[in-house]
Amino acid sequence: MNRREVVRSLVLGSATAGVPACFGIWTRRSAAKVVVVGGGYGGATAAKYLRLLSNGTLDVVLIEPAPQFISAPLSNLVVGGLLQLTDLTVSYEGLRRRHGVTLIRDHVRSIDAVGRSVSLGAGGSIRYDKLVLSPGIDPMWGAIEGLESAHAQGRILPAWTAGPETTGLHAQLAAMRDGGIFAIAIPETPYRCPPAPYERASLAAAYLLRYKPKSKVLVLDANQDVVAMAGLFKQAWRDLYGDILEYRNHCKAISVDGAAGTVRFEVADDVTADVLNVLPPVRAGTLAQQAGLANVNARWCEVDFLTFESKLAKHIHILGDSIQAAPQSPKSGHMANAHAKVAAAAIVAELQEWPLDPAPMLTNTCYSYVSAEEVIHSAAVYGYHAEERTFKPVAGAGGVSPRRSVSEAQFATAWAHNIWADMLG
Amino acid sequence: MKQVPSAHFGTTPVVPDRGGRGPWRAAAARRPGALTLAAIGVWAAMGGAVAAAQTPADLQVRSLAATCAACHGTDGNAVASSATPRLAGLDQDTFLREMHEFREGTRPSTVMQQIAKGFNDDQTERLAKYFAGQK
Repeated sequence: MNRREVVRSLVLGSATAGVPACFGIWTRRSAAKVVVVGGGYGGATAAKYLRLLSNGTLDVVLIEPAPQFISAPLSNLVVGGLLQLTDLTVSYEGLRRRHGVTLIRDHVRSIDAVGRSVSLGAGGSIRYDKLVLSPGIDPMWGAIEGLESAHAQGRILPAWTAGPETTGLHAQLAAMRDGGIFAIAIPETPYRCPPAPYERASLAAAYLLRYKPKSKVLVLDANQDVVAMAGLFKQAWRDLYGDILEYRNHCKAISVDGAAGTVRFEVADDVTADVLNVLPPVRAGTLAQQAGLANVNARWCEVDFLTFESKLAKHIHILGDSIQAAPQSPKSGHMANAHAKVAAAAIVAELQEWPLDPAPMLTNTCYSYVSAEEVIHSAAVYGYHAEERTFKPVAGAGGVSPRRSVSEAQFATAWAHNIWADMLG
Repeated sequence: MKQVPSAHFGTTPVVPDRGGRGPWRAAAARRPGALTLAAIGVWAAMGGAVAAAQTPADLQVRSLAATCAACHGTDGNAVASSATPRLAGLDQDTFLREMHEFREGTRPSTVMQQIAKGFNDDQTERLAKYFAGQK
């Protein structure tokens, strides 16, 4: 087996989940209805757990335009040529068949928070008793002049949502001349998945070291320093990539010239690269913006952390990367999965007129590849803090890997398979 | 990969109606405003058979156990050949001993020493009992 096959076999393993089917006994035509918008880590998990935790008594509808789920976690392995997009693709069918979720393949055009309904792109509307929004992120194109048109022309592919752009970015890397420069420009925090740009830089360096060793990776960071697992990433870069990878801080991109492959910064010198991977700042998904729910800096949605209900709209619960996160909690797929479970339990309790769980918990583990074989992690546990009405890291818990290791690659792939099954299986 | 079936609309229940008197009536299915959540509560109290005899404590422990599911599978049913172990059906004493050893740092791990310290004794005991009861 070559490296790619090894990673494929680790990641693919067995695709089926050992989750028993769970069908409600008491479901009626008039069951309370929860509409979930967005089938990512947050929304898919919410749809499944609303059915599980209500013992199948809630009528749950999931609205998602994509035909299949594609994972952003692990998608840097596609950029690095170690996996295919199909390896990260999972059907939504399990939610319907095993859990009785109604699937609607469409997007939501607008929300009527007073009348409690959502209107669909294809026409018509659906009423809800509770609405769960997991709209993810959308780029703030205007923050970097020229980026939107360079993106539209296919010259600069942020590939920050997994899909055809991910494959396209790998193709750019594969087409680059030996001796070329791959430059990744990282926005200021907060953005989706703090370690992901550094993982991508690592895997680009690993690819170039193997196939085009005269090339170089430039990591152009708007932040003061690597924002996640800094020590582990920098150690790996020194040990594994030497001069191939160069890190520069205080590089806040303000404009790009897609045709020339040039990025300009607020302070630092311009950089011209053969492949330019400029990541724009992001904000809550467009639906949340249009619905007026993104009240924090016009970027993020403020929620009540006991229920994940919007602070602005009753009966609308918001999950995942689109919320104003609790202190020291990252925007990650694992966190969105955790948000969804707390929200689902709160919705089940509220509809039952039960007391809410006064002390919900969240866990998070982010695995990052630093090479084709070695992985590092960051983990945390969060408890609800009643006085401050937010989640806070449990003191003494959490941490990062003592060192990068091959064994953690096995846990990274186990994490992916288990969380995909937890959402969709 | 299977394709998601074509879009379908409406309120047709996806689980067959078996005639049970369920606890939840949808405002959506009735005249707008005809039924408030308070009324649902009264109806639920009268109707009995609340979510198949689930109690608030049951719901809370399921929610707590769900914090393990991203790595260990839903209700502790890890996928086949997972490097992270299955927790469903794990003996209570074994669960408690291993969590204690993770917290003390005497059991080698990558992540679990860091995660186990995030749960207190009461939570750990509830988790042990819950996973022992899963198939």
